[in-house]
Amino acid sequence: MSQNKNEGTDLVKRGLAEMLKGGVIMDVVTPEQAKIAEDAGAVAVMALERVPADIRAEGGVARMSDPDLIDQIIDTVSIPVMAKARIGHFVEAQILEALEVDYIDESEVLSPADYLNHIDKWQFNVPFVCGATNLGEALRRITEGAAMIRSKGEAGTGDVSEAMKHIRTIRGEIASLSAKSPDELYVAAKELQAPYQLVKEVAETGKLPVVLFVAGGIATPADAALMMQLGADGVFVGSGIFKSGNPAERAKAIVKATTFYSDAKQVADASRGLGEAMVGINVADLPAPHRLAERGW
Amino acid sequence: MPIGVLALQGDVREHIHLLTELGSTAVEVRTVEQLATCDALVIPGGESTTISKLLVNFGMLEPVKEFVSSKPVLGTCAGLILLSKEVVGRLPDQQLIGGLPITVQRNAYGGQTHSFEAEVDFSGVSETVAFIRAPKIVDVQGCEVIATLGGEPVAIRYGILFGATFHPELTGAKELHRQFLSAVESV
Repeated sequence: MSQNKNEGTDLVKRGLAEMLKGGVIMDVVTPEQAKIAEDAGAVAVMALERVPADIRAEGGVARMSDPDLIDQIIDTVSIPVMAKARIGHFVEAQILEALEVDYIDESEVLSPADYLNHIDKWQFNVPFVCGATNLGEALRRITEGAAMIRSKGEAGTGDVSEAMKHIRTIRGEIASLSAKSPDELYVAAKELQAPYQLVKEVAETGKLPVVLFVAGGIATPADAALMMQLGADGVFVGSGIFKSGNPAERAKAIVKATTFYSDAKQVADASRGLGEAMVGINVADLPAPHRLAERGW
Repeated sequence: MPIGVLALQGDVREHIHLLTELGSTAVEVRTVEQLATCDALVIPGGESTTISKLLVNFGMLEPVKEFVSSKPVLGTCAGLILLSKEVVGRLPDQQLIGGLPITVQRNAYGGQTHSFEAEVDFSGVSETVAFIRAPKIVDVQGCEVIATLGGEPVAIRYGILFGATFHPELTGAKELHRQFLSAVESV
Protein backbone atom coordinates (compact mmCIF):
# COMPACT_ATOMS: atom_id res chain seq x y z
CA MET A 1 0.00 0.00 0.00
CA SER A 2 2.75 2.50 -0.65
CA GLN A 3 1.46 5.06 -3.09
CA ASN A 4 4.43 7.44 -3.14
CA LYS A 5 4.16 8.57 0.45
CA ASN A 6 7.06 10.85 1.24
CA GLU A 7 7.78 10.73 4.97
CA GLY A 8 10.01 13.11 6.90
CA THR A 9 9.94 15.91 4.32
CA ASP A 10 10.53 19.55 5.29
CA LEU A 11 6.87 20.20 4.67
CA VAL A 12 5.56 17.55 7.05
CA LYS A 13 8.16 18.39 9.71
CA ARG A 14 7.35 22.08 9.60
CA GLY A 15 3.68 21.26 9.07
CA LEU A 16 3.19 19.73 12.53
CA ALA A 17 4.44 22.96 14.08
CA GLU A 18 1.91 24.85 11.94
CA MET A 19 -0.81 22.73 13.60
CA LEU A 20 0.39 23.81 17.05
CA LYS A 21 0.03 27.53 16.30
CA GLY A 22 -1.99 29.58 18.75
CA GLY A 23 -1.35 26.94 21.37
CA VAL A 24 0.50 26.35 24.62
CA ILE A 25 3.12 23.61 25.02
CA MET A 26 3.58 22.61 28.66
CA ASP A 27 6.48 20.97 30.50
CA VAL A 28 5.35 17.87 32.42
CA VAL A 29 7.31 15.43 34.57
CA THR A 30 4.66 12.74 35.23
CA PRO A 31 1.77 11.15 33.31
CA GLU A 32 -0.62 12.81 35.81
CA GLN A 33 0.73 16.24 34.93
CA ALA A 34 0.47 15.37 31.23
CA LYS A 35 -3.22 14.61 31.74
CA ILE A 36 -3.78 17.90 33.58
CA ALA A 37 -2.05 19.73 30.73
CA GLU A 38 -4.14 17.97 28.08
CA ASP A 39 -7.37 18.66 29.99
CA ALA A 40 -6.45 22.33 30.26
CA GLY A 41 -6.17 22.56 26.48
CA ALA A 42 -2.40 22.25 25.94
CA VAL A 43 -1.55 21.67 22.32
CA ALA A 44 1.42 19.42 23.16
CA VAL A 45 3.44 18.39 26.20
CA MET A 46 7.19 18.37 26.78
CA ALA A 47 8.08 15.21 28.69
CA LEU A 48 11.02 15.66 31.04
CA GLU A 49 12.33 14.47 34.41
CA ARG A 50 12.81 17.85 36.04
CA VAL A 51 11.36 21.22 35.10
CA PRO A 52 13.97 23.93 34.48
CA ALA A 53 13.39 25.54 37.90
CA ASP A 54 14.42 22.26 39.57
CA ILE A 55 17.35 21.72 37.21
CA ARG A 56 18.48 25.17 38.23
CA ALA A 57 17.96 24.51 41.96
CA GLU A 58 19.55 21.05 42.04
CA GLY A 59 22.40 21.65 39.61
CA GLY A 60 24.44 18.78 38.16
CA VAL A 61 24.35 17.46 34.61
CA ALA A 62 20.87 17.47 33.08
CA ARG A 63 20.25 14.78 30.45
CA MET A 64 17.53 13.20 28.30
CA SER A 65 14.65 11.70 30.31
CA ASP A 66 14.22 7.99 31.07
CA PRO A 67 12.50 6.27 28.09
CA ASP A 68 10.04 4.64 30.53
CA LEU A 69 8.79 8.07 31.58
CA ILE A 70 8.48 9.21 27.97
CA ASP A 71 6.59 6.01 27.02
CA GLN A 72 4.19 6.47 29.92
CA ILE A 73 3.45 10.04 28.90
CA ILE A 74 2.97 9.05 25.24
CA ASP A 75 0.50 6.37 26.41
CA THR A 76 -1.38 8.83 28.62
CA VAL A 77 -2.22 11.64 26.21
CA SER A 78 -3.47 11.93 22.65
CA ILE A 79 -1.82 15.31 21.93
CA PRO A 80 1.75 15.38 20.54
CA VAL A 81 4.58 14.58 22.95
CA MET A 82 7.92 16.36 22.71
CA ALA A 83 11.11 15.46 24.56
CA LYS A 84 14.48 17.13 25.07
CA ALA A 85 17.91 16.02 23.91
CA ARG A 86 21.16 17.71 24.90
CA ILE A 87 22.67 20.11 22.36
CA GLY A 88 24.81 18.03 20.00
CA HIS A 89 23.85 14.68 21.55
CA PHE A 90 22.66 12.92 18.43
CA VAL A 91 22.38 9.54 20.12
CA GLU A 92 19.87 10.91 22.62
CA ALA A 93 18.01 12.18 19.56
CA GLN A 94 18.21 8.75 17.91
CA ILE A 95 16.72 7.24 21.09
CA LEU A 96 13.91 9.77 21.16
CA GLU A 97 13.15 9.09 17.50
CA ALA A 98 13.07 5.34 18.23
CA LEU A 99 10.58 6.05 21.04
CA GLU A 100 8.45 7.81 18.40
CA VAL A 101 8.16 11.14 20.18
CA ASP A 102 6.47 13.68 17.91
CA TYR A 103 9.08 16.43 18.26
CA ILE A 104 12.61 16.67 19.70
CA ASP A 105 13.72 19.82 21.49
CA GLU A 106 17.50 20.20 21.17
CA SER A 107 17.59 22.22 24.33
CA GLU A 108 19.93 24.51 26.22
CA VAL A 109 17.96 23.64 29.36
CA LEU A 110 19.91 20.36 29.44
CA SER A 111 23.70 20.33 29.76
CA PRO A 112 25.24 20.64 26.28
CA ALA A 113 27.01 17.51 25.00
CA ASP A 114 28.94 19.38 22.31
CA TYR A 115 30.18 22.94 22.66
CA LEU A 116 30.90 23.28 18.93
CA ASN A 117 28.28 21.45 16.92
CA HIS A 118 24.55 21.08 17.10
CA ILE A 119 22.81 17.90 15.90
CA ASP A 120 22.61 17.42 12.13
CA LYS A 121 18.84 17.38 12.16
CA TRP A 122 18.46 16.51 8.46
CA GLN A 123 19.40 12.92 9.39
CA PHE A 124 16.11 12.41 11.20
CA ASN A 125 12.48 11.80 10.22
CA VAL A 126 11.28 13.28 13.49
CA PRO A 127 11.17 17.10 13.49
CA PHE A 128 13.25 19.28 15.81
CA VAL A 129 12.58 22.51 17.65
CA CYS A 130 15.60 24.59 18.70
CA GLY A 131 16.10 27.68 20.83
CA ALA A 132 17.42 31.01 19.55
CA THR A 133 18.20 34.38 21.07
CA ASN A 134 18.52 36.24 17.76
CA LEU A 135 17.87 35.89 14.04
CA GLY A 136 21.32 34.60 13.12
CA GLU A 137 21.06 31.80 15.67
CA ALA A 138 17.55 30.91 14.44
CA LEU A 139 18.75 30.74 10.83
CA ARG A 140 21.76 28.58 11.76
CA ARG A 141 19.43 26.12 13.49
CA ILE A 142 17.10 26.09 10.45
CA THR A 143 20.16 25.46 8.25
CA GLU A 144 20.93 22.41 10.42
CA GLY A 145 17.35 21.18 9.88
CA ALA A 146 15.28 22.64 12.72
CA ALA A 147 11.59 22.66 11.72
CA MET A 148 10.47 25.03 14.48
CA ILE A 149 12.17 27.77 16.48
CA ARG A 150 11.46 28.92 19.99
CA SER A 151 13.04 32.02 21.39
CA LYS A 152 14.98 30.94 24.48
CA GLY A 153 14.11 33.39 27.21
CA GLU A 154 15.62 32.30 30.52
CA ALA A 155 14.09 28.96 31.52
CA GLY A 156 13.12 28.24 35.10
CA THR A 157 13.04 31.83 36.28
CA GLY A 158 9.45 33.02 35.89
CA ASP A 159 11.04 36.28 34.69
CA VAL A 160 9.68 37.19 31.26
CA SER A 161 12.30 39.87 30.49
CA GLU A 162 14.67 37.60 28.52
CA ALA A 163 11.81 36.12 26.48
CA MET A 164 10.83 39.70 25.73
CA LYS A 165 14.36 40.60 24.67
CA HIS A 166 14.69 37.57 22.38
CA ILE A 167 11.35 37.87 20.57
CA ARG A 168 11.88 41.60 20.11
CA THR A 169 15.40 40.98 18.81
CA ILE A 170 14.30 38.33 16.32
CA ARG A 171 11.31 40.33 15.08
CA GLY A 172 13.38 43.52 14.88
CA GLU A 173 16.16 41.85 12.92
CA ILE A 174 13.63 40.40 10.47
CA ALA A 175 12.07 43.84 9.99
CA SER A 176 15.45 45.43 9.35
CA LEU A 177 16.34 42.69 6.83
CA SER A 178 13.11 43.38 4.97
CA ALA A 179 14.05 47.05 4.75
CA LYS A 180 17.37 46.32 3.06
CA SER A 181 17.90 46.53 -0.68
CA PRO A 182 18.85 43.25 -2.42
CA ASP A 183 22.52 44.20 -2.79
CA GLU A 184 22.85 44.66 0.97
CA LEU A 185 21.74 41.12 1.76
CA TYR A 186 25.16 39.58 1.03
CA VAL A 187 26.74 41.50 3.87
CA ALA A 188 23.67 40.89 6.02
CA ALA A 189 24.18 37.14 5.53
CA LYS A 190 27.82 37.51 6.57
CA GLU A 191 26.87 39.46 9.67
CA LEU A 192 24.10 37.03 10.62
CA GLN A 193 26.46 34.09 9.98
CA ALA A 194 23.69 32.41 8.03
CA PRO A 195 23.37 31.21 4.42
CA TYR A 196 22.57 33.89 1.86
CA GLN A 197 19.59 32.01 0.34
CA LEU A 198 17.87 31.74 3.70
CA VAL A 199 18.60 35.39 4.54
CA LYS A 200 17.15 36.41 1.17
CA GLU A 201 14.02 34.33 1.80
CA VAL A 202 13.46 35.96 5.21
CA ALA A 203 14.02 39.43 3.73
CA GLU A 204 11.44 38.76 1.00
CA THR A 205 8.75 37.10 3.11
CA GLY A 206 9.26 39.14 6.27
CA LYS A 207 9.11 36.02 8.44
CA LEU A 208 10.99 32.88 9.36
CA PRO A 209 10.32 29.88 7.10
CA VAL A 210 9.26 27.93 10.22
CA VAL A 211 6.91 28.53 13.13
CA LEU A 212 8.26 30.75 15.93
CA PHE A 213 7.18 30.07 19.53
CA VAL A 214 8.37 31.83 22.65
CA ALA A 215 9.78 30.15 25.77
CA GLY A 216 11.59 30.85 29.00
CA GLY A 217 10.09 32.69 31.95
CA ILE A 218 6.39 32.75 31.03
CA ALA A 219 4.42 32.36 34.26
CA THR A 220 1.11 34.22 33.95
CA PRO A 221 -1.77 34.61 31.45
CA ALA A 222 -0.59 38.18 30.90
CA ASP A 223 2.92 36.96 30.04
CA ALA A 224 1.48 34.60 27.42
CA ALA A 225 -0.74 37.30 25.88
CA LEU A 226 2.23 39.69 25.86
CA MET A 227 4.30 37.24 23.80
CA MET A 228 1.41 36.64 21.38
CA GLN A 229 0.92 40.38 20.88
CA LEU A 230 4.63 40.65 20.09
CA GLY A 231 4.15 38.21 17.23
CA ALA A 232 4.79 34.75 18.69
CA ASP A 233 2.97 31.86 17.01
CA GLY A 234 2.48 30.19 20.41
CA VAL A 235 4.14 29.72 23.80
CA PHE A 236 6.05 27.14 25.81
CA VAL A 237 5.41 27.19 29.54
CA GLY A 238 7.91 25.25 31.61
CA SER A 239 8.11 25.67 35.33
CA GLY A 240 5.40 28.35 35.33
CA ILE A 241 2.49 25.93 35.61
CA PHE A 242 3.51 23.05 37.85
CA LYS A 243 5.57 25.27 40.18
CA SER A 244 2.50 27.43 40.88
CA GLY A 245 -0.18 27.14 43.56
CA ASN A 246 -2.95 25.80 41.32
CA PRO A 247 -1.54 24.14 38.18
CA ALA A 248 -4.84 22.99 36.61
CA GLU A 249 -6.44 26.44 36.80
CA ARG A 250 -3.28 28.28 35.80
CA ALA A 251 -2.80 25.98 32.82
CA LYS A 252 -6.35 26.66 31.64
CA ALA A 253 -5.94 30.39 32.19
CA ILE A 254 -2.70 30.57 30.19
CA VAL A 255 -4.38 28.69 27.33
CA LYS A 256 -7.31 31.12 27.38
CA ALA A 257 -5.04 34.16 27.38
CA THR A 258 -3.08 32.70 24.46
CA THR A 259 -6.23 32.22 22.36
CA PHE A 260 -7.78 35.62 23.21
CA TYR A 261 -4.46 37.44 23.45
CA SER A 262 -5.72 40.68 21.97
CA ASP A 263 -8.90 40.85 24.09
CA ALA A 264 -7.93 42.50 27.38
CA LYS A 265 -11.25 41.61 29.06
CA GLN A 266 -10.72 37.91 28.38
CA VAL A 267 -7.11 38.08 29.55
CA ALA A 268 -8.29 39.89 32.69
CA ASP A 269 -10.84 37.12 33.34
CA ALA A 270 -8.17 34.50 32.81
CA SER A 271 -5.96 36.25 35.36
CA ARG A 272 -8.45 36.10 38.26
CA GLY A 273 -8.12 33.90 41.31
CA LEU A 274 -5.19 31.76 40.22
CA GLY A 275 -3.45 31.65 43.58
CA GLU A 276 0.28 31.97 43.78
CA ALA A 277 2.43 32.18 40.67
CA MET A 278 5.82 30.49 40.76
CA VAL A 279 8.14 32.42 43.06
CA GLY A 280 10.71 33.08 40.38
CA ILE A 281 14.19 34.54 40.18
CA ASN A 282 15.13 37.85 38.58
CA VAL A 283 17.40 37.12 35.65
CA ALA A 284 19.53 40.13 36.64
CA ASP A 285 20.38 38.31 39.90
CA LEU A 286 21.63 35.22 38.07
CA PRO A 287 25.38 34.97 37.74
CA ALA A 288 26.42 34.52 34.10
CA PRO A 289 27.40 30.81 34.35
CA HIS A 290 23.83 30.01 35.42
CA ARG A 291 22.19 31.62 32.42
CA LEU A 292 20.92 28.88 30.16
CA ALA A 293 20.19 31.13 27.17
CA GLU A 294 23.93 31.56 26.62
CA ARG A 295 24.25 27.87 25.81
CA GLY A 296 24.04 27.31 22.05
CA TRP A 297 25.52 29.64 19.49
CA MET B 1 -20.87 37.68 4.09
CA PRO B 2 -17.40 36.34 4.79
CA ILE B 3 -16.19 32.82 5.38
CA GLY B 4 -15.10 32.23 8.96
CA VAL B 5 -12.07 30.19 9.97
CA LEU B 6 -12.38 28.84 13.50
CA ALA B 7 -9.34 30.40 15.18
CA LEU B 8 -9.19 28.80 18.62
CA GLN B 9 -5.94 27.11 17.59
CA GLY B 10 -4.28 25.59 14.51
CA ASP B 11 -3.20 26.57 11.00
CA VAL B 12 -5.75 29.34 10.63
CA ARG B 13 -3.50 31.66 8.63
CA GLU B 14 -2.97 29.12 5.81
CA HIS B 15 -6.72 28.60 5.34
CA ILE B 16 -7.34 32.34 5.26
CA HIS B 17 -4.56 32.70 2.69
CA LEU B 18 -6.01 29.97 0.47
CA LEU B 19 -9.57 31.33 0.69
CA THR B 20 -8.31 34.82 -0.12
CA GLU B 21 -6.39 33.51 -3.13
CA LEU B 22 -9.62 31.99 -4.39
CA GLY B 23 -11.33 35.38 -4.18
CA SER B 24 -13.25 34.98 -0.91
CA THR B 25 -13.22 37.17 2.17
CA ALA B 26 -12.08 35.14 5.15
CA VAL B 27 -12.11 36.16 8.82
CA GLU B 28 -10.93 34.63 12.09
CA VAL B 29 -13.70 33.35 14.37
CA ARG B 30 -13.17 33.05 18.12
CA THR B 31 -16.53 34.17 19.51
CA VAL B 32 -20.25 33.61 18.99
CA GLU B 33 -20.58 37.19 17.75
CA GLN B 34 -17.93 36.66 15.09
CA LEU B 35 -19.54 33.37 14.04
CA ALA B 36 -22.87 35.10 13.50
CA THR B 37 -21.33 37.32 10.81
CA CYS B 38 -20.30 34.33 8.65
CA ASP B 39 -21.91 32.51 5.74
CA ALA B 40 -19.75 29.44 6.03
CA LEU B 41 -17.09 28.05 8.34
CA VAL B 42 -13.75 26.29 7.97
CA ILE B 43 -12.48 24.23 10.89
CA PRO B 44 -8.71 24.11 10.34
CA GLY B 45 -6.02 21.63 11.12
CA GLY B 46 -4.70 21.71 14.66
CA GLU B 47 -4.97 19.37 17.61
CA SER B 48 -8.49 17.91 17.71
CA THR B 49 -8.28 17.18 21.45
CA THR B 50 -7.24 20.77 22.14
CA ILE B 51 -9.80 22.40 19.84
CA SER B 52 -12.54 20.25 21.38
CA LYS B 53 -11.55 21.30 24.92
CA LEU B 54 -11.42 24.94 23.87
CA LEU B 55 -14.87 24.76 22.20
CA VAL B 56 -16.26 23.54 25.53
CA ASN B 57 -14.22 25.88 27.77
CA PHE B 58 -15.10 28.95 25.70
CA GLY B 59 -18.81 28.13 25.27
CA MET B 60 -18.51 27.70 21.51
CA LEU B 61 -19.54 24.03 21.14
CA GLU B 62 -23.33 24.52 20.93
CA PRO B 63 -23.18 27.61 18.66
CA VAL B 64 -20.84 25.77 16.25
CA LYS B 65 -23.09 22.69 16.31
CA GLU B 66 -26.05 24.85 15.41
CA PHE B 67 -24.06 26.51 12.61
CA VAL B 68 -23.10 23.09 11.21
CA SER B 69 -26.77 22.04 11.11
CA SER B 70 -27.68 24.71 8.56
CA LYS B 71 -24.61 26.25 6.89
CA PRO B 72 -21.70 25.04 4.75
CA VAL B 73 -18.72 23.83 6.77
CA LEU B 74 -15.35 22.40 5.75
CA GLY B 75 -13.08 20.53 8.18
CA THR B 76 -9.49 19.48 7.48
CA CYS B 77 -7.69 16.87 9.61
CA ALA B 78 -8.58 17.94 13.18
CA GLY B 79 -11.61 19.71 11.71
CA LEU B 80 -12.76 16.48 10.03
CA ILE B 81 -12.36 14.56 13.30
CA LEU B 82 -14.51 17.11 15.12
CA LEU B 83 -17.23 16.96 12.44
CA SER B 84 -17.41 13.14 12.57
CA LYS B 85 -20.12 11.10 14.22
CA GLU B 86 -17.75 8.48 15.63
CA VAL B 87 -14.03 8.61 16.38
CA VAL B 88 -11.97 5.51 17.03
CA GLY B 89 -9.32 6.34 19.63
CA ARG B 90 -11.21 9.27 21.09
CA LEU B 91 -10.78 10.17 24.75
CA PRO B 92 -13.95 9.23 26.65
CA ASP B 93 -14.66 12.85 27.53
CA GLN B 94 -13.85 14.37 24.14
CA GLN B 95 -16.79 16.32 22.75
CA LEU B 96 -17.47 16.28 19.00
CA ILE B 97 -19.35 18.76 16.86
CA GLY B 98 -20.73 16.05 14.59
CA GLY B 99 -22.66 16.59 11.36
CA LEU B 100 -20.90 14.07 9.12
CA PRO B 101 -22.26 10.51 9.53
CA ILE B 102 -18.75 9.04 9.14
CA THR B 103 -16.45 7.11 11.47
CA VAL B 104 -12.78 8.14 11.57
CA GLN B 105 -9.72 6.73 13.28
CA ARG B 106 -7.31 9.22 14.84
CA ASN B 107 -3.56 9.07 14.13
CA ALA B 108 -4.32 6.16 11.82
CA TYR B 109 -0.93 6.19 10.09
CA GLY B 110 1.05 6.48 13.36
CA GLY B 111 2.91 9.33 15.08
CA GLN B 112 4.71 12.26 13.50
CA THR B 113 7.56 10.16 12.04
CA HIS B 114 4.90 8.57 9.79
CA SER B 115 3.48 11.88 8.56
CA PHE B 116 3.87 12.20 4.79
CA GLU B 117 3.22 14.10 1.58
CA ALA B 118 1.32 12.38 -1.22
CA GLU B 119 -0.71 13.02 -4.35
CA VAL B 120 -4.43 12.59 -3.87
CA ASP B 121 -6.91 12.05 -6.67
CA PHE B 122 -10.00 14.30 -6.99
CA SER B 123 -11.70 12.24 -9.76
CA GLY B 124 -8.95 12.96 -12.25
CA VAL B 125 -7.48 16.12 -10.69
CA SER B 126 -4.28 15.20 -8.90
CA GLU B 127 -2.83 17.38 -6.13
CA THR B 128 0.03 17.11 -3.63
CA VAL B 129 -1.11 17.51 -0.03
CA ALA B 130 0.23 16.82 3.48
CA PHE B 131 -0.98 14.15 5.90
CA ILE B 132 0.17 15.07 9.41
CA ARG B 133 -0.66 12.67 12.26
CA ALA B 134 -3.63 12.15 10.00
CA PRO B 135 -6.87 10.28 10.62
CA LYS B 136 -8.47 7.73 8.27
CA ILE B 137 -12.11 7.58 7.30
CA VAL B 138 -13.00 4.00 8.22
CA ASP B 139 -16.71 4.21 7.38
CA VAL B 140 -18.05 6.75 4.84
CA GLN B 141 -21.75 5.97 5.59
CA GLY B 142 -23.23 7.15 2.33
CA CYS B 143 -21.15 10.30 1.95
CA GLU B 144 -19.91 11.23 -1.50
CA VAL B 145 -16.20 10.46 -1.78
CA ILE B 146 -14.49 13.38 -3.52
CA ALA B 147 -10.81 12.42 -3.16
CA THR B 148 -8.91 9.18 -2.69
CA LEU B 149 -5.40 8.00 -1.88
CA GLY B 150 -4.55 4.52 -3.17
CA GLY B 151 -8.28 3.86 -3.51
CA GLU B 152 -9.10 4.84 0.09
CA PRO B 153 -11.40 7.79 0.79
CA VAL B 154 -9.53 10.88 2.07
CA ALA B 155 -12.07 13.63 1.36
CA ILE B 156 -15.84 13.43 1.46
CA ARG B 157 -18.92 15.54 0.99
CA TYR B 158 -22.30 15.22 2.73
CA GLY B 159 -24.68 17.86 1.39
CA ILE B 160 -23.05 21.19 2.26
CA LEU B 161 -20.56 19.64 4.72
CA PHE B 162 -17.05 18.83 3.49
CA GLY B 163 -14.18 17.05 5.18
CA ALA B 164 -10.65 15.89 4.40
CA THR B 165 -8.10 13.86 6.35
CA PHE B 166 -5.23 15.89 4.85
CA HIS B 167 -4.01 19.50 4.69
CA PRO B 168 -4.49 21.12 1.28
CA GLU B 169 -3.74 24.47 2.94
CA LEU B 170 -0.10 23.57 3.63
CA THR B 171 0.76 22.91 -0.01
CA GLY B 172 -1.68 25.44 -1.45
CA ALA B 173 -3.72 22.72 -3.19
CA LYS B 174 -6.94 24.44 -4.21
CA GLU B 175 -9.39 21.79 -5.42
CA LEU B 176 -11.06 21.05 -2.07
CA HIS B 177 -11.59 24.72 -1.24
CA ARG B 178 -12.79 25.35 -4.80
CA GLN B 179 -15.48 22.68 -4.47
CA PHE B 180 -16.41 23.99 -1.02
CA LEU B 181 -16.72 27.58 -2.25
CA SER B 182 -18.91 26.52 -5.16
CA ALA B 183 -21.21 24.78 -2.64
CA VAL B 184 -21.21 27.96 -0.52
CA GLU B 185 -22.27 30.00 -3.54
CA SER B 186 -25.09 27.65 -4.49
CA VAL B 187 -26.67 27.69 -1.00
